[in-house]
Amino acid sequence: MYRLIFKRVLLGLVILWAVSVVVFLATQALPGDAARAILGRDATPERLAALQAQLHTGDPMLVQYGKWLAGTLTFDLGASLANGLPVGQYLAPRVSNSLVLMMIAAVIATPVALAVGAWSALRRDRAVDHATSLITLVLAALPEFVVGIILVLIFATGWLHVLPAVFAAGEGAVWQYPAQLVLPTLTLVLAVSPYIVRMMRAAMVEVLESEYVQQARLKGLPERTVIWRHAVPNAIGPVAQVIALQLAWLAGGVVVIEFLFRYPGIGLALMDAIGNRDLPVIQALSLLIAGLYIVVNLLADIIGLAANPKVRTAAR
Amino acid sequence: MSGDVVLDVAGLRVVGLPSKAEIVTEVDLTLGRGEVLGLVGESGSGKTTLGLALLAHAKRGTSIASGSVTVCGRDLLTLPAEEVRRARGRTVAYIPQSPASALNPALRIGTQLRECLNGSASREAHREEEGEERVQEVLREVALPDTPDFIRRYPHQLSGGQQQRIAIAMAFIGRPELIVLDEPTTGLDVTTQRHVLETVRRMCEGYGASGVYISHDMAVVAGIADRLAVMYSGRVVEAGTAEAVLAAPRHPYTARLLLAVPDLAAEREMTGIPGHAPSPLARPGGCAFAPRCELAEDRCRAEQPAPVEVTVGHTVRCVKPGSPPAPRPATPLRAGDGGGAPVLEVRGLSARYGRTEVLSGIELTVPAGECVALLGESGSGKTTLSRAIVGLHPEFDGEILLDGEALAHGSYRRTEEQRRRVQYVFQNPYEALNPRKTVRELVLGPVRVLRGRVADPDAVVRDALERASLRGDLAGRYPDQLSGGERQRVAIARALATGPDLLICDEITSSLDVSVQSSIVELLRELQRRDGLSLLFVTHDIALVRNLAQHVAVLEDGRIVESGPVERVFTTPDHPYTRSLIDDTPHFTPAFARLDSRD
Ligand code: SF4
Repeated sequence: MYRLIFKRVLLGLVILWAVSVVVFLATQALPGDAARAILGRDATPERLAALQAQLHTGDPMLVQYGKWLAGTLTFDLGASLANGLPVGQYLAPRVSNSLVLMMIAAVIATPVALAVGAWSALRRDRAVDHATSLITLVLAALPEFVVGIILVLIFATGWLHVLPAVFAAGEGAVWQYPAQLVLPTLTLVLAVSPYIVRMMRAAMVEVLESEYVQQARLKGLPERTVIWRHAVPNAIGPVAQVIALQLAWLAGGVVVIEFLFRYPGIGLALMDAIGNRDLPVIQALSLLIAGLYIVVNLLADIIGLAANPKVRTAAR
Repeated sequence: MSGDVVLDVAGLRVVGLPSKAEIVTEVDLTLGRGEVLGLVGESGSGKTTLGLALLAHAKRGTSIASGSVTVCGRDLLTLPAEEVRRARGRTVAYIPQSPASALNPALRIGTQLRECLNGSASREAHREEEGEERVQEVLREVALPDTPDFIRRYPHQLSGGQQQRIAIAMAFIGRPELIVLDEPTTGLDVTTQRHVLETVRRMCEGYGASGVYISHDMAVVAGIADRLAVMYSGRVVEAGTAEAVLAAPRHPYTARLLLAVPDLAAEREMTGIPGHAPSPLARPGGCAFAPRCELAEDRCRAEQPAPVEVTVGHTVRCVKPGSPPAPRPATPLRAGDGGGAPVLEVRGLSARYGRTEVLSGIELTVPAGECVALLGESGSGKTTLSRAIVGLHPEFDGEILLDGEALAHGSYRRTEEQRRRVQYVFQNPYEALNPRKTVRELVLGPVRVLRGRVADPDAVVRDALERASLRGDLAGRYPDQLSGGERQRVAIARALATGPDLLICDEITSSLDVSVQSSIVELLRELQRRDGLSLLFVTHDIALVRNLAQHVAVLEDGRIVESGPVERVFTTPDHPYTRSLIDDTPHFTPAFARLDSRD
């Protein structure tokens, strides 16, 4: 098994490197002078020269990439063009803000979605099951910003006025303002849950029909044991991949949600950076989001491998 | 007497939902302590549904509609759910058909055995240690290791035979009074099957448990059962002591079923039952067997025959009990002198999958107009060999000659003529036919590719179907409108349509019922006799070999360990493996099917 995990990690690194090449090509290596493109026509010659020096635009492409990569690997990401702060320092609080939001969403969405899916499977073909199926279908079909807007309409502006429509916290860490976090989190939860619910239901239905669950019942085990020991563990395996995909999606989906709620995280930072043509920030964020994606998927792979006794015992 | 009745079933009826079709109906059974009841029937007869109902369980989409199942004095169908749960595993236990799918893949076998004890009524009595001891004890009883290392294994780390022993241990661990065994040896090779059967017999005796042994295989049931109940179309059509039923079956269906079992000595002809069992949704009124029964008359179709007690304890549902057909002596096969020029020769063939060698040094000759059987158990490499011959497994060393001319290894590099002359019939008729094509299109497919445009396609189809003993009007049907036996005949017709010289049949009867299997074998014999077709018949069933082939090659672990004329190999086997195969196969010669029993 360790060989397999090692292989996956290696593969993850290769993909990350490939992403770095793409990011570099898409931002800095475009035809023409990147510095001029960023600063626009009426840039002063001094600023142009300073930027060209920072981006190493004078060097051949390969050397540029090498220098950029070396900088990235040593966490020396250069300075933001918009506000002059080192990129690391500028992004650190935003990254942690986004991580907080994503973590809360993930921690709520995963168990709730699994439970709803399993419950729906146990009530197969009854009213509850049909209702769940319909609701998840509708939620899955709606884009997440629509869900967000509807939530805002219900809870903030239109009907109930119980929650703030946009994030308007002052100084300090975001978790000090729980009420402000509710709507963004809820939107994310509703965006990722439907797929997990549907997958869990399907997996659970299949497992409940399996012969080993029938055998467990015929052995006279209490229904509790049948479900918790025999059914659920076998159903979660295949769902782990979907959970990972959904959590990885959070890394990108958060951009839209943060923009909608003006939440000070990487999403908003990315939108601002694009508006300002803040090249170092865009590069750093793209790599970061891609890296997150890869790490989450890697974790899911490893969990999936570890959960499969065939793979686990083969290693010994 | 009544104190010794372990199982008493009365008026049991199980229906499908929501169709209300009767899957099992009017079933009455009684079973005394220590007795084993053999429940025999073809697929779709309702035998598994009945078996599950004995534990008050109904599969999804079915429901137990009425009747009683009294086990040790308590009617499971009226007990509260919690009581039923307690009775399962401790009063009545179940041994499933395929342990590979009935053991939970994610749990250690120790856990799965131990949990049968936990939660029992006497929870306090079973301390952790005692439970552990009981697990070890029952493992020893089924002849498995009782080491901690073994107990910690997962199901996938065991062989098929070991998994089945675990399933048996699981059933006996709670010391039940009644065990329901649902085809527990299907899919096991003969040697393992014999060991499992012995274990079951010993365990039942040791525990004084009664058993209900469900199977489609008369030969297996005959060796283990004290009483027999034959099911057809959801009803028990004949029931009695095993001795009485096997000596003188009184229901035509039972008799035909016995005659369909291949005779290991090949003296009696194996005769199939024409037609197939009706589905629960379309059962005819009156006797359900009437469409296939040669004794049927009008009153059979008019009403359901009531059970008649022909002798004490021997009941039959037939209006004319006791006039079954007699066994016929087998028509001898075409003489297999091997004198004909060889159609196919395999020389020094070795093949591998990745790094594992699956075949080595194979030498095989198929003489024109004769049948060579390739006998081997699962994993012996027999399918790889047949796939190599037909060009589907091109990674091999050695030579394959067709009429003395070397064939290219891969099918794509063979000429159309070569491909046409060697045709292949696959094991599973449910997967081998494209469900979106009609029989006509299926049969014409290879013809168009291999023979180009044909003048009269309808004649080709008609002719091919006729040679495979299929009605011409089936041409417009889709595969899912056909029974398993019909599908396999379509697959054969498809192969015949191109006019091959050699037909390779890969386990083509293994997924079919005995009665259908026999009629396919009849068909193959006919093709060989009438059309001079050469056959390579790949099988694990030694009794079939004797009834069909002139030559046999026995394959073990990728090597041919013995080959020669069937007569010689069966009477004086040279190799110990061949001998063990012959010895482990149930020698099924019920008095009724013996040729000398009459006249
Ligand atoms: S009742 Fe009639 S049709 Fe049915 S088995 Fe007897 S003779 Fe045949």
